[in-house]
This record gives sequence, C-alpha cells and structure tokens, in this order.
Amino acid sequence: MAELTEKQEKKAKMKEIKKTNALMYKKFNQEKKRKNIPESEYITTMRDTDNIIELDNLKTYFYTDAGTVKAVDGVSFDIPKGKTIGVVGESGCGKSVTSLSIMRLLQGPQGQIAGGKIRYNQDNRAIDLTKISNKEMQKIRGNEISMIFQEPMTSLNPIFTIGDQLSEPIELHNPEMSKEQVKNRVIELLKLVGIARAEGIIHNYPHELSGGMKQRVVIAMALSCSPRLIIADEPTTALDVTIQAQILDLLRDLKDKINASIMLITHDLGVVAEMADYVVVMYAGRVVEQGTVKEIFHDPKHPYTIGLMKSRPVLNEEIGRLYSIPGNVPNPIGMPSHCFFKNRCEKCIEKCAGDYPELISVTDTHKVSCHLYQKET
Amino acid sequence: MDNIIEVNSLVKHYPIKAGVFQKVVGHVKSVDGVSFSIPRGKTFGLVGESGCGKTTIGRTLLRLTEPTSGEAILNGQDIFKMSKKELRAIRPKVQMIFQDPYASLDPRMPVGEIIGEAVREHKIVSKAEYRDYILKIMDDCGLRPYYVDRYPHEFSGGQRQRICIARALALNPSLIIADEPVSALDVSIQAQVINLLRDLQEKRNLSYLFISHDLSVVEYISDVVGVMYLGNLVEMASKEELFKRPMHPYSKALLSAVPIPNPDVKMNRTILKGDIPSPANPPEGCKFHTRCPECMEICKKKRPEFKDYGNNHQVACHLYEKTK
Ligand SMILES: Nc1ncnc2c1ncn2[C@@H]1O[C@H](COP(=O)(O)OP(=O)(O)OP(=O)(O)O)[C@@H](O)[C@H]1O
Ligand SMILES: Nc1ncnc2c1ncn2[C@@H]1O[C@H](COP(=O)(O)OP(=O)(O)O)[C@@H](O)[C@H]1O
Ligand code: SF4
Ligand code: SF4
Ligand SMILES: [Mg+2]
Ligand SMILES: [Mg+2]
Repeated sequence: MAELTEKQEKKAKMKEIKKTNALMYKKFNQEKKRKNIPESEYITTMRDTDNIIELDNLKTYFYTDAGTVKAVDGVSFDIPKGKTIGVVGESGCGKSVTSLSIMRLLQGPQGQIAGGKIRYNQDNRAIDLTKISNKEMQKIRGNEISMIFQEPMTSLNPIFTIGDQLSEPIELHNPEMSKEQVKNRVIELLKLVGIARAEGIIHNYPHELSGGMKQRVVIAMALSCSPRLIIADEPTTALDVTIQAQILDLLRDLKDKINASIMLITHDLGVVAEMADYVVVMYAGRVVEQGTVKEIFHDPKHPYTIGLMKSRPVLNEEIGRLYSIPGNVPNPIGMPSHCFFKNRCEKCIEKCAGDYPELISVTDTHKVSCHLYQKET
Repeated sequence: MDNIIEVNSLVKHYPIKAGVFQKVVGHVKSVDGVSFSIPRGKTFGLVGESGCGKTTIGRTLLRLTEPTSGEAILNGQDIFKMSKKELRAIRPKVQMIFQDPYASLDPRMPVGEIIGEAVREHKIVSKAEYRDYILKIMDDCGLRPYYVDRYPHEFSGGQRQRICIARALALNPSLIIADEPVSALDVSIQAQVINLLRDLQEKRNLSYLFISHDLSVVEYISDVVGVMYLGNLVEMASKEELFKRPMHPYSKALLSAVPIPNPDVKMNRTILKGDIPSPANPPEGCKFHTRCPECMEICKKKRPEFKDYGNNHQVACHLYEKTK
C-alpha cells in the first residue's frame, strides 16, 4: 500500500512539473514572437560606461521533466572594455550557460532567461540583451559579439570549404562588399591568425586541417566582423600544449590589435593566470568570488577557490599529496537555502547552516560570498 | 635493476591503402623504433603531442594492436611472441585504463558485474571469497558498497574512472597502462584519481606506464619520463633530470608551453611554429628539424642518435653529439 501511494505521489509531482513547464514555455514563446518592442523596454544605462557588458542578477533556468535546473542563479559581473575576464569553476557550474545567455543561444524551449539584465554598451546607447527582439540580436551575434567553442568542429560545417565558411558572415554583415573584396578579407583574416598558406587553405575542407589549424580558422571566423567582445569557451582544451601556446599567444596579440574584450572560460588555472585581467569563480550556478587576477591567485578567500588552487600539480614545484576537494556538487534540482559549498567545505562554521552568504567587498575589485568574511562597518 | 617490462625497438607501421585493389601506397610510421623499460613498482611517464604514437605503444603492449616488429619482455617472456593461450594467461597481469571513462564502461552492466566479470573468468578468487573480494577492491578505490548494483550512468566522471581502475585492479595486475586517465576530468576530480593511483601503487607495488600530454601531472606522478616526437623517443631521463635539465629542444619547448598559475610569472616562452608533421611522411634527418628553433645544417640530413649523456639521461640531438 505504502509503495502505491509513493508511486502516485511521484506521478502527481511529475504532472505538476509538466504543467508548470508548459505554462513557462507558452509565456516565453509569446515573448519571443514579439516584434516591435518599444525602445523604452530595452534601452537602459550602464552602471559604468567603461564596461562593455554588465551582467546583473542573471538567472537562466532549464525547465526539464525532472524539475527546474537553476543553471545560472543570480550571476552579476562586469566585462570592462579592452580587458580579458577569466571564468573558472567545476564542470556543470554554469560557465557555458552564462555565455550562451549573453549570445541568446540557449536551447529552447527548456532553457530560458528567467530574470536579470545583460546590459550591453553599444556605440551610442546601452541596451538590455535579454529584452531586445530576435532580429536585433541576430545583428549583434557574430558581428559585435562572437563566440569560439571548445570543439572547433561545432563551429565548422564539414561539407563547405574554409573559404566559403569564412565568406558567409562577412557577406551577411557587409552586403555592399564585392566578391573580390570578400575574398581578400578572408585571406587577410587567415593571415592574421597565423595561417601561412592562406590562399591554398581557402579551398580545403575542415577535415583536411589539424586541430590547431581548425581552431585558428574558428578564431578567424569570430574576428571576421571586428567584434567588440569575444567569448571563448575552453578554446584550447581540445589542443596540445604547444598548439595551445600558439593559440593563446594569438588571442592576446589580437585583443590588442582590435581592442576587443575577451570572456575566457576555462578550467585551466594556468591559462587564466596568463591571460586574464579579472577572474570570476563560479560554483553551482553562482559567483562565489571575483577579483583582479592578482587578488584571486595571491589572496584567494573562498574555501572553494583555495581548494581549486591546491588541487592542481604545478610544474617544478614539489608537493607531497595533492589536495582534493571532498564530495560532489549538490544536485542541481532543489538547491539548499544555505551556502551551496557547505557539504564539501572544511572551514564550515555554525553560521553556514543559516542564510546563503552575501557577496562582500574585500577591496573595490575583490568580492567574496562566504560567512568567514565580515562586512566592514 | 629489476624491471617489470623491457621494450626493445618497438615498431608499428600502419599500411596506407588506396585504389580499387587497396594497394599499399605507404606507411603511417606511428611508432618507429622505441625502447624503454619500467622498473618494478615505479611509474614511467610518456609525454608528447597528440598523434605522436603514445596510445599505439600502449595498445601494442596489450596486443590490442599487432606490432610490426620489436620485443616486449615481461617476466622473461616476449609478449609479442606469445600464443593466444599464453596471452590469455598473462592478460590479468597487464591492465589498461583508458582516457574516456564514459565510453569504456558497458552501460547495461551494474558496477559489481563490470568489476567482477573478468575476475570470475580468470578465476582470481574462489567462489566463496568472490563477493568480499569485489567489495574490498571497491573500498580500496573509494567506491561505496551499495554502488555494486548501480549502473554507470548514475556516476560522475571521477567515479566512473574509479570504476575503471577497480576493474583493472581486481585482476591483481603487476603493470597498469594508463592512457590519459585524467585528461577528460575536472581539475578537482583529477586530484582524487591521481591520489588514488599513487596510494594503490604504494600498497601493491604496482608499476605504471602513464601516458599523458599534461606535463604537470606527469611530473607529479612519474619516476622516469620519456618524451616522444613523431614515433620516436627524443629524450628519456629520471623525472628530476628531465624537468630540471631538459636537453632536447622539443622537451624545452613542451615545458615552456605549460601555463603557470601565477600571474607574476611572465613566461619567456619558446613558441613552436607550425603543427606536428604527418607520420606518414616524416621529415628527413632529425624529425623535429622543421620546427626546431636551434636547427643546424646537419640536422636536415642526418638522423641524430639516441645517446646517454650521463646520469642515464638519453637524448637524440646533434647539439650534444658535437661536443662529445
Ligand atoms: N540543455 C540543457 N538541459 C538541461 N540542463 C542543462 C542543459 N544545458 C546545461 N544544463 C545544466 O546547466 C548546468 C550548467 O551547465 P554548463 O554547460 O553551463 O556548465 P559549464 O560550467 O560550462 O561546465 P563544463 O566545464 O563542463 O563545460 C548543468 O547542471 C547542466 O546539466
Ligand atoms: N588503426 C590505425 N590505422 C592507421 N593509423 C593509425 C591507427 N591508429 C593510430 N594511427 C596513427 O598513428 C599515429 C599515432 O597515433 P596514437 O598512438 O593514437 O597517438 P597519441 O596517442 O600519441 O596521440 C597517428 O598519426 C594516428 O593517426
Ligand atoms: S559560507 Fe561557510 S560553508 Fe560556505 S564556503 Fe564559507 S565557510 Fe564554507
Ligand atoms: S638534432 Fe638539430 S633539429 Fe633536431 S632537435 Fe637537435 S638541434 Fe633541433
Ligand atoms: Mg562548458
Ligand atoms: Mg592517445
């Protein structure tokens, strides 16, 4: 008998979930279809005009059959103009979902921006990317903001030549250019990313190139419209160290040349230390610590950040046993109301069983969300 | 010295076939004459760029791939000359752990069966001891007893890699070939798996062939390290020697390419130009000469010999041949 009611309960719960999901899908769908959105709804003002992007309490949820996954749950950070910001954290902590939210490339209908703002500093105005129409977003995506993915083949189409694939976005965003001009621009881009035989490569298909060359083509593609922000999601994880060094060098060099900002997502702390000006540490859908690269590496505050730093062997440094953070990330459905890191934290204090810790400023740039630190009074 | 395995002049060439009659038009020289030995209870780390032949070496030692020539002496017997029956008998002694913990577990089998299947087949323990034995192995690998009836998809990447390790360990091997065992895992989980491999080595006097392109991990876990380029070892030495005094220009470039997690260290980096050439058509002379920052005239014509320059530090490079 008891078993039966348990089953019934489960069924009722599933039904409930499906019902709310259907409602959500409908609501989001209606919003998506809207065309002439009045300016007043999306025009906004930047908190600081030196920023290119300001994420303000961003919430991105997945309404799945098992329940709502709060993949990004109130994330706020700024991307300053011309700077590189590194985003680090364990697999599944919401790094990619954050970047897909900025690009508005979430997998619908489950994946939706459920709240918050993404303020974008365009030439002469500031707009909220969560509010603009799809058409408007298409003009920005791949043009003003472009993305590089971990696996180059997700961005390359196996049945078109490199030349065709690179020409397409250029033609799309510059309809006034002649065929010859487009071709010259493609060759110029390939040379920019360090491909020597550019004239030959344009006739090649992706499978004829090595991993490092494919990733360089993808970077060339991301640069084709002189973006103001490049989002690079694990751009070198699939590559060898020597090729990784080439690509990182290239990215750094290009950033200065075209004065773009870079949002660099990676789990390699070495890459972050080398590339980033600012670092954001995420855990289970939230920012737990952020600061300048020096603050995060020399004076990490959050127990998770400290654990992350200790768990990696460092070249030419002798260590006895590697530190490993005990336990696992909590189940993303139905997160606790206290600190999400509590079940794995070795520095846990009584207060940690209470409310979720507020984000506290250690310096103007360094912020941490942990009860071990007190707000200055 | 007591070596668990000695590999001599291992060669593996894959034929390239073309045309209607599948005529052999050339060979991919994946492994082109490699010799090394692994001391008992120690770890031999094998590093190099992807495609240089690391996995192929691992696979030939298990005869998952037939070698073209060479020998591999395990307990006085050449693995490559063994009959099917002899191979079956030694199979439990040499086990492999693969890069992808997702692909290498059968999704339809519960964890206990994954670990135990080969234990029964090779009659490692008696029927009466079987269940306790499996639980003991699981415990050693940090797997809870009730996992025994659960299926692979219920586990995280790190846990799955532990299951793979438990499966290998259950056969009581003396040598484990670990091919990029932590490359697919998160930093925090990497640490768990690396610690487990080390603890087990200590407890059971295991020997490892540890294949990886991650130099920080290799430095941490290895005793002896070999650096491979395009099918050949170009440098081999004790870990201390190799990481403190790298000699081969390729090893130096590899080491300088590793990003250091300290924002104050601005690296003086040697960035290698170009990609690794095709092993079907490797460059003449020193195979590395097309990318070597110190290439000389002789390097383009003559293949440098792999020589010991003292302290068991072996290198193949003309830079040192001159001075000796
Ligand atoms: N299409 C989807 N449907 C349901 N849940 C999803 C979907 N995509 C992502 N998620 C969930 O959102 C959370 C964050 O995922 P995300 O891809 O952002 O992680 P990540 O930080 O980029 O991890 P990694 O380092 O592995 O790339 C995870 O719990 C993931 O399972
Ligand atoms: N079954 C096969 N047939 C043909 N070539 C192969 C085969 N397996 C591997 N190779 C080639 O052998 C070379 C070495 O491969 P591998 O040992 O997998 O490299 P690594 O493990 O060092 O990345 C590569 O050029 C690869 O393409
Ligand atoms: S709030 Fe408490 S449990 Fe959370 S990280 Fe800080 S000390 Fe640990
Ligand atoms: S032999 Fe010549 S080309 Fe080869 S590694 Fe030495 S210096 Fe470089
Ligand atoms: Mg991701
Ligand atoms: Mg391999």
